[in-house]
Amino acid sequence: MADLALGKESSPFRRGVQAGISIGIGYFPIALTFGLLAKTTGLTIYETVLMSMIVFAGASQYISLSLIAYGTGIIEIILTTFIVNIRHFLMSATLNEKAEEDRLPNKLAYSFMITDETFSVAATQEGKISTGFLFGLNLVAYSSWVVFSGVGHLIGASLPQTLQESMGVALYAMFVGLLVPSMKRSMKIVFLAALGAVFNTIFTMGELMAQGWSIVTATLLSAILVEAVEVLKNRHRGVSDEE
Amino acid sequence: MIIGMGLVTYIPRMLPFVLFKGKELPPFIQGVLKNVPYATLGALIFPAIIFIQKDDLLYGVLGAAVAFIAAFLGANVIVVVLGSIAVLTLYSYLM
Repeated sequence: MADLALGKESSPFRRGVQAGISIGIGYFPIALTFGLLAKTTGLTIYETVLMSMIVFAGASQYISLSLIAYGTGIIEIILTTFIVNIRHFLMSATLNEKAEEDRLPNKLAYSFMITDETFSVAATQEGKISTGFLFGLNLVAYSSWVVFSGVGHLIGASLPQTLQESMGVALYAMFVGLLVPSMKRSMKIVFLAALGAVFNTIFTMGELMAQGWSIVTATLLSAILVEAVEVLKNRHRGVSDEE
Repeated sequence: MIIGMGLVTYIPRMLPFVLFKGKELPPFIQGVLKNVPYATLGALIFPAIIFIQKDDLLYGVLGAAVAFIAAFLGANVIVVVLGSIAVLTLYSYLM
């Protein structure tokens, strides 16, 4: 069934770019706010843009700003960054299954640009995803993040305070926007998301573990529990009714 | 410091591609990995969305409600994001 390049409508790269536009727009307020906060924390525009280029991970960049403001040591900042970003391990393992086979250097290149958002968009696509799609998607997200971090440092302070505050919801609203359509499709997804949310709330509110670990543990628990229940259910029936 | 942060961020991102290259994982693990996106999204949204304003929880609850309702009604991701920002901006002006 291998359709060769003849009759295809648009290249995977272009479809990736199109899918990336919503992330690019979603990053706009967050990167802008990051740039602004970086400036108030005392980072130069050069350091701000460099951090966005090299780290490219929103949550940990925000956290590093508050740690810098507290006067935390460099080692602790790096360690915190590691813990906050360890969840990408799970995402990469998932994408490694879902992405088409390709040369390792290509995978190493696009893996640099995996974030919660690019992962969420890529992983909710139907079927296998191609290298071109991932590059298109990730490049739009990456450019938006880097450019608007710089812009935020330059002009962020001139935005009204209330608007700056309300932009804090942007990231979460985007996750909701990605999740809900899938929830409407399948009851299994509703359970997965609800369990992930409940576990993570218990772990963070109970202050049982640092936030980075909490997200990883909650995700794994939910994904394994739901899978185990489904395997048991199917064994009983002898048929599988979902994906 | 920035380079250190970059390194520890990149390692978990690239390691699975090296470790699991060309290997067929057991079906149960594959199933679990397929579940990961939705479980992560749940955990990324809650409880953080409630606490975007630590001293006014209604702010986060309102933002979450707007986002969920808009998304449930079938709004595009961009509309969900901009709509939530707009409603919260309005809320701050009114309070």
